[in-house]
Amino acid sequence: MITIVNYGLGNLGSIFNMLRRIGIKSYITSDPEEIKKAEKIILPGVGHFDKGMQELMKSELKEILDYKALTEKIPILGICLGMQLMTKSSEEGDLQGLGWINAVTKKFAFENNNLKIPHMGWNLVSIVNKNVLIENDNSESRFYFVHSYYVKVSREENSFLKSEYGISFDSGIFRDNIFGIQFHPEKSHKFGMKLLKNFAELKIA
Amino acid sequence: MLKARIIPALLLKDRSLVKTVKFKKFNYIGDPVNTCRIFNELEVDELVFLDIRASLNKREPQYEILQEIANECFMPVSYGGGIKTMAQAEKIFRTGFEKIMINSTAFTNPKFITEAAKSFGSQSVIVSVDVKKNIFDKYQVCSYSATKTENIRPEEWLKEVESLGAGEILLTSVDREGTWSGFDLDLIKMATSQLRIPLIAHGGGGSLQDISAVVKKGNASAVALGSMVVYQRKGFGVLVNFPENKVLQEIL
Repeated sequence: MITIVNYGLGNLGSIFNMLRRIGIKSYITSDPEEIKKAEKIILPGVGHFDKGMQELMKSELKEILDYKALTEKIPILGICLGMQLMTKSSEEGDLQGLGWINAVTKKFAFENNNLKIPHMGWNLVSIVNKNVLIENDNSESRFYFVHSYYVKVSREENSFLKSEYGISFDSGIFRDNIFGIQFHPEKSHKFGMKLLKNFAELKIA
Repeated sequence: MLKARIIPALLLKDRSLVKTVKFKKFNYIGDPVNTCRIFNELEVDELVFLDIRASLNKREPQYEILQEIANECFMPVSYGGGIKTMAQAEKIFRTGFEKIMINSTAFTNPKFITEAAKSFGSQSVIVSVDVKKNIFDKYQVCSYSATKTENIRPEEWLKEVESLGAGEILLTSVDREGTWSGFDLDLIKMATSQLRIPLIAHGGGGSLQDISAVVKKGNASAVALGSMVVYQRKGFGVLVNFPENKVLQEIL
């Protein structure tokens, strides 16, 4: 069972739909008591960084998530804003992030006007570190991205996927039981299904 | 690097998918949910659903069928047709659609674009603009499934909706729609040369060459296809299809 944390931001229905399609039970909830009991968590999200952090703090979810991630060490997957919240800070806002991974969130800035912001569409990822979420079998994986801010890790050992959009950025980050991906697996056909399946099959520590 | 997105644009009339020619002559294509499943298998980049009767008949989006569609879509999907209020928009997002498209309401209530962009993020708000030529060969913006002409030049309207907060534009050439005769490159170029936001070109796509041309010469960020992806070929029967990713990578 995967617990999908509903903190008021993002498209949770599509994650639930895709998990159901690949035969994985999931549960969307905003109830702190339910989240305390979670065995595996997806932290989704689309929207503003500060708004996301505010929502987490308002409902005491931040403390619970910190405990689940750092003390209980259950597998947690952050998607899009959910990933960015795992970093220390964002140029989108003033609040501190969850800071679980030594990384920061920065804004895309291009001198070249041909590159539109947000980075929206299908893009490739390259595997820079071995990770349980994605097989390194030389096949091309493409994923759907929509974002104006990107994550930059401080230490390369915390990055497992990189993508290119004007610059090279970290599209997949991790540390122990904690994973973050910038793209939307729930909107990325079989590529996303594979990744979510790998997450679902991860053995609980 | 990112390639232009190629997007089937599917037209809902009541509970069925239809295909039109120049916004007229409805031809039955099939069941929307089944068609969605086929497009999943074909791994299309993205899908667009347009309810072509909602605004005209002053009715609300058909949430029930949209929910069924969203349950089957494992790619980004947008919906346009009859959206007038924030509550309606929110309902659409809740079903699992990523983006809403606003066309007629943009004229009756331009502030709605700004409001929606603020609340849902501009990347989730597409303004759909229909353009046709009048008898003097001048481009005109129209609304309500091209039954009403709006008194503003296309270039002005595009700039206005961009400044109101639209995240993307779907630009449809009514005269080319369903004709397989190629995109209106003059129109698309005019639009992309002044927009900073991405543009989806729609109307007239009939071949891989057309797609390539509107991306490379027209600078479209995305291409919407109708007839090409629902018919076997021009003048033939219904066959839901989509060019292979490999083929698209070569021409884009």
